[in-house]
Amino acid sequence: MRGNMGGKIFAVLVIVIALASAVPIVTHTWFGSNISLAPPEDISTHGSEIDKQLDETMLEAGLSFLAAQLVLGVFVWQFGGRKDGVLKNFPGGAKYLVVAALLLVGAEAVALGALGTKAWGSVYFQPASADALQVQAQAGQFAFYFRYAGPDGKFGGIHPEKIDEGNSNFFGLDPENDIPARDDITSGELVIPVNKEIHLMMHAKDVGHSFYVRELRIQQDFVPGLDLSVHFTATKVGKYEIVCTQLCGLGHYNMKAYLNVMSQDDFDKWLKAQSQ
Amino acid sequence: MSEASAHAAHHTAPTGFIRKYVFSLDHKIIGLQYYALGLVAVVTGMVLSWIMRIHLVWPNSPIPLVQWLSKVGAPGGVVTPEYYLSLMTMHGTLMVFFVLTNAPFAAFGNYFLPIQIGAEDMAFPRFNMMSFWTTFVAFCILISAFFVGDGPPLAGWTAYAPLSAVGKDSGPGEGLGQTLWGLSIFVFCIASLLGSLNFIATTLDLRTKGMTLARMPICTWAWFITSCISLLAFAVLLPACLLLVLDRVGGTSFFIPSGLNVSDHLQPHQGGSPLLWQHLFWFFGHPEVYIAIVPAMGIVSHILINNMRKPLLSHKVIVYCMMAIGFLSYMVWGHHMFLSGMNPFSALVFSFPTLMITIPATIMTLIWLGSLYGSNLRINAASLFCLGFISMFVAGGVSGFFLAQPTIDIYLHATYFVVGHFHMVMGVAAIFGVFAGTYFWFPKMTGRMMNETLGRWHFWLSFIGTYAIFMPFHYLGLAGNVRRYSAFTDDFLVPLVPVHKFITYAALFTGAAQLIFLFNLIYSRFKGPAATANPWECTSLEWSTPSSPPPFDNFGGVHPVVYHDPYQYGVKSSTGDYLMQTSPERAGETP
Amino acid sequence: MRASKPCIALLMATLCPALMFGGTISGKVTYTGTPAKQKAIDMSKEPSCAKQHATPVMTEGVVTGPNNALANVVVYISAGADDANAPAQAVTFTQKGCQYGPHVLAMHTGQELDVLNEDQTSHNIHPLAKVNREWNKSQPPGTPPIKDKWDQPEVIEVKCNIHPWMHGWFVVLKTNHYSITGENGGFSLPNLPPGKYTITAWHEPDGKQTQEVTISGNETKSVDFSFVLKPY
Repeated sequence: MRGNMGGKIFAVLVIVIALASAVPIVTHTWFGSNISLAPPEDISTHGSEIDKQLDETMLEAGLSFLAAQLVLGVFVWQFGGRKDGVLKNFPGGAKYLVVAALLLVGAEAVALGALGTKAWGSVYFQPASADALQVQAQAGQFAFYFRYAGPDGKFGGIHPEKIDEGNSNFFGLDPENDIPARDDITSGELVIPVNKEIHLMMHAKDVGHSFYVRELRIQQDFVPGLDLSVHFTATKVGKYEIVCTQLCGLGHYNMKAYLNVMSQDDFDKWLKAQSQ
Repeated sequence: MSEASAHAAHHTAPTGFIRKYVFSLDHKIIGLQYYALGLVAVVTGMVLSWIMRIHLVWPNSPIPLVQWLSKVGAPGGVVTPEYYLSLMTMHGTLMVFFVLTNAPFAAFGNYFLPIQIGAEDMAFPRFNMMSFWTTFVAFCILISAFFVGDGPPLAGWTAYAPLSAVGKDSGPGEGLGQTLWGLSIFVFCIASLLGSLNFIATTLDLRTKGMTLARMPICTWAWFITSCISLLAFAVLLPACLLLVLDRVGGTSFFIPSGLNVSDHLQPHQGGSPLLWQHLFWFFGHPEVYIAIVPAMGIVSHILINNMRKPLLSHKVIVYCMMAIGFLSYMVWGHHMFLSGMNPFSALVFSFPTLMITIPATIMTLIWLGSLYGSNLRINAASLFCLGFISMFVAGGVSGFFLAQPTIDIYLHATYFVVGHFHMVMGVAAIFGVFAGTYFWFPKMTGRMMNETLGRWHFWLSFIGTYAIFMPFHYLGLAGNVRRYSAFTDDFLVPLVPVHKFITYAALFTGAAQLIFLFNLIYSRFKGPAATANPWECTSLEWSTPSSPPPFDNFGGVHPVVYHDPYQYGVKSSTGDYLMQTSPERAGETP
Repeated sequence: MRASKPCIALLMATLCPALMFGGTISGKVTYTGTPAKQKAIDMSKEPSCAKQHATPVMTEGVVTGPNNALANVVVYISAGADDANAPAQAVTFTQKGCQYGPHVLAMHTGQELDVLNEDQTSHNIHPLAKVNREWNKSQPPGTPPIKDKWDQPEVIEVKCNIHPWMHGWFVVLKTNHYSITGENGGFSLPNLPPGKYTITAWHEPDGKQTQEVTISGNETKSVDFSFVLKPY
């Protein structure tokens, strides 16, 4: 293969690969299939800002990616295998390129950074509202369990030494001695009413885990020893998957629970039924 | 201090096989030893990745031969969930430490840094020998984890506590294997620190007459900058590993809080913080990834210039950018921890320098691209891998731009998007730098040429193959495909399996293509055509040694004198269109 | 011709020893007090198991029957009988529908234990032994049974590392004389030579009661146990 040909082949290859790479991004599906390769429908109140950020970044990063690969391909096509040609320098030399990089990237970074601060703030800098529904989530190898305070509105204490999973005492409650614990409702599904803010208090039983619901655009680690929480509002009834995203041992792949968003009525009925 | 003021501890020529090739003080042999270790590690790591990829798409099928690897981990050849994670942990650990820190940095740096600055060896040849053998001991400790009863560790190369710290209560894979991991990396850190000290002392003190810092080739600068980054980074990982091992066997609680019920075993620890491990680890871990890429940037720059027959648009800017990257790399570690439970304000603080690192990286990319313009670019295996590096560096770099933003990280954290990002920059771009360096420097290290046709085929198949493997990882990430899963059984993951199948086929295809390289390497070592002294018409000092491979003191008892900057290309001279750094000739006009 | 009385007597004399060699201790295990309520098990995280149960499975920490009968109590000879050898026959513990079957499995030290996975999902059985060696083993679907045995007598709680609600018990004994009560609370220990015996009744998690019984011939001695249960 003469040197000349190699350059042309590389040029064509890099441009074809770059364009092919863009296809699933643009179509949001895997080649020639209906396998969706995009975030699922957003059912949260804060998610639209995240999605906007993602789209903006995809546009800028995508264009930069395509432009760079294109320039690489064009230059290698032109100058690959060139023998004894007159050596030229890119017009302007390094100076303009440095300035271009500073301006382009600097501007993008500042813009996205500013946008992102607002979106981040709406998730993390505002506390849960006072009338949010409080639910406790516990992550432990390899399941999530959720606890509601029950009719007395109080959560019983957690006693790790009293955990008895075979008898569904996942939280280590002590109903014999701890009266608020007696009516606590434990569930393997996170059942919540639609359009109501949920304040999820997160407790790790053993090692690190994480709470991820794609449709809610929410992800937060459970850290042993830390009292963490997230708050969110779901806007659409349905069943969604909560999956663990922090490597926690052999059952990590199997660690999930369903988020069951119901109408307020259905939720009230469900909650009442749990107390029976 | 621009003149040589010190010399390497002078050592006489070694005699006997052991002194020459085993316990050698010669930086060239040590460089080759690091390269060989890196080769063993990368082949092992690659085979592990094949088993992982096959298991992911056929989870309940027996995989041939795997039951011989572990009867417990793969009964009847069916990989258990914990064994998958163990393979993944060993894959990551081998690749990051024993391949990406070894090959571009320790291997090529050891071989060529002293020669490129005109020294006869490293400043501390004995430390250098110890560095390699200590690395080898670390490797042996790590591999021994495959053979202990509880199996290799499964907490990932990141070994987050408390999973990695409480001991075997946290499950299979967290017994002795995890302790061995901690010890192995502890020993590796010692070796790396010794190596870095050596590189720094050598670069500062042993430059020959005329070799000012400004006249050092870009790859020399890259190795020097990398060793500065490495000194601080490994100095933090070293005690972190010690603390981890103490938590496991010494009853301490550095990383373990109170009140943990792990698999029905109440843990006696109290007062520790899992986040402390993350801070210590990532304070090392982020600079580590730049330790992996900066040498490749240097190697690629050097080889590209040689093949373009024209210097880069600015030598200084490239070097300053590498320095900036090294400096900024210490300010961004928290971007691995946006969702870790740290104060959310800190996410914004870490996001800013993370986005800023894009600037020097972009400048470097624009300079590489801009320098191609108007060049007489030679196409050969080495230059193709350099071009491939640029393409991959851009591809992997842009995905970093997403992850740098905490808001987007909420969705993409711990998905295949992250895995795609770091594989493209580290697993492909950095490795392409190693390939480029191999094809380029093989004639100098062995006196023979590698086969050019096989080299090109290696490139075409690897370039296509690696894009086919790692681009789809990004799409999977956008769909929310969680990483570190040993099987895809969740409702939303099952439909994605066909994409994983494509990736697995691509991975096996690309793996097979590496056999071309291995064959070429070994065959050419013994049967390759003889190389001339300077087959690439390159300017730097290694091409002026009296033989290939160079004699044990590099320059045959002569101290070279340097007259030029390292990239006198496109000039009229008696040798053609270039002037070697050691040539006293003055440049004619640019043709 | 009618069988003559002496013939019948001779027949009985030859047959009865064969039929009634050894005495029997049998009885009922009941409870007083209020047992804890059984709770429905939420298997939603494992749909392949959840769909095998038309109505949710209940926790098995306390299983009762009519007339205050208490099930899953292991009644065994703890003293007075010679230690026998482990039977050649293996005992089987199965994982089906993400439940262990049986909930309580008794076996002899040194007797082979076979663990089967009949589900579509992987399980990781983890006997929480404190006297014997603690181990756990993953079992992907379709892989062969796990075979193991226990050297020391012990009551071992068994859990699945992947599915937290799965709990069972191995009761490893030195004797082959054991019986596990069903929902009628009844147990029976036959084929006991004459002697003074201590029988122990064990109920999870750590309820143990003993009684002494003397067998002198081929009679059946009736012994009852009663456990006090609390709602919490």
